[in-house]
Amino acid sequence: MSSDASALQLVLSADPALMAIVGLSLTVSLSAVGLAALIGLPIGAMVALLRFPGREATIVALNALMGLPPVVVGLAVYLLLSRSGPLGSWGLLFTPKAMVIAQAILVTPIIAALSRQTIEDLWVEYREELAALNVGPFRRVATLIWDARFSLLTALLAGFGRAAAEVGAIIVVGGNIEGFTRTMTTAIALETSKGDLPLAMGLGIVLIAIVIIVNALAWIARRAGERFAG
Amino acid sequence: MRAPASDLPIVLDNVRYAVRNVTILDGVSLTLSPGAPTVVIGPNGAGKTTLLHVAMGLIEPIGGRVIWGARAHSPPLRRAFVRQRPVMLRRSTAANIEYALATSTVARGEWPARVTQMLGLVGLDGFGARPARRLSGGEQQRLALARALARDPEVLFLDEPTASLDPAATKAIEDVIRSVVARNIKVVMSTHDLGEARRLAGEIVLMHRGRVVESSPAADFFNNPKTQEGRRFIAGELLV
Repeated sequence: MSSDASALQLVLSADPALMAIVGLSLTVSLSAVGLAALIGLPIGAMVALLRFPGREATIVALNALMGLPPVVVGLAVYLLLSRSGPLGSWGLLFTPKAMVIAQAILVTPIIAALSRQTIEDLWVEYREELAALNVGPFRRVATLIWDARFSLLTALLAGFGRAAAEVGAIIVVGGNIEGFTRTMTTAIALETSKGDLPLAMGLGIVLIAIVIIVNALAWIARRAGERFAG
Repeated sequence: MRAPASDLPIVLDNVRYAVRNVTILDGVSLTLSPGAPTVVIGPNGAGKTTLLHVAMGLIEPIGGRVIWGARAHSPPLRRAFVRQRPVMLRRSTAANIEYALATSTVARGEWPARVTQMLGLVGLDGFGARPARRLSGGEQQRLALARALARDPEVLFLDEPTASLDPAATKAIEDVIRSVVARNIKVVMSTHDLGEARRLAGEIVLMHRGRVVESSPAADFFNNPKTQEGRRFIAGELLV
């Protein structure tokens, strides 16, 4: 049987090993995006709304951090979480939690930078109206995030894309341990190096399918939301 | 519970405002008292919108002072503002009104009844579930009025509320303004439509080049303007 046929058979038969890897990958990436959204959206909103010394430099830094090299982030998180590191006592190294942390660090600047632009554009439109309604600063942030929700979905998708495709950081902090920290991307790298192309290709097919499905669902949600919310 | 202090009269005392050395308001003194609508008229660039912003408390003058009911500082809890092109929040028509209610002193339990009441007042019954941004220009303007009125204002500022509307939509807005006046809410509005000013004004404030050049009861202004600018404006001449 060819590699292509074997890969397809693995996917169609819902191979348990493959499904476990897929499940862990989704859990890690979605958790990282969720965590990064909690941090990145308020940062983006604050930079959009507030005027403070160094604001321009902060915007440049956020944009630059979108291109953080994953292996460097992996190394930094490794040093933090290793036994001799400042957070070594937490015992997180080579666990899925460490992978979530590393991916969240990679994704946060993406969400913050993209949401900053989106929210700033909306703020120009809303500023006078919210001032006339005597809306306080925290409610302004909440209002802007809520009203920009469909546009912000794009920022979250960009973050998810980064997390789902990333391998450098999680292989350093996760260790690619079978059945525990092995994700689709780290497994593809490993299986390819071992010459097990069917599994690598099967995982590749699933990874691409997931990214397409997530984007399609987000598009449908955005369309439906815009229809009902205006 | 103690009733909130009144914001009226609003007194502008020698108010000055400038942006990048361009004078917008040049020593404006004016008293906005309870009663019939005050209509601020004048050519484009006269300073009408800025005057309304200052009186609302949205911008601080660089000179002079503004007093709201004998207080130098007063958050706009009982003042409301409707812009020429109001921004609709990305939610339903009813949710737009609820959003305004959340910044008011109206108890949460009263919100549904208040929303229904406001929609009825502006002739948008049955529009509650519609996305606000899908409404027509005239409907959006009426929703903006409903949103402003939901907060139970004592003073309502309207910045050229009918400037971009057709005659039918203009009439609908003017009808709402009349019903607002009937509720003893002080209306302060700007317009450069003399016909609208004749139909609605109790008092006219004519502005030109950042100054109040004439302020008098509407009947006096239209029958016997005191200033040359007033006579020229009524005659339809261009004030530049």
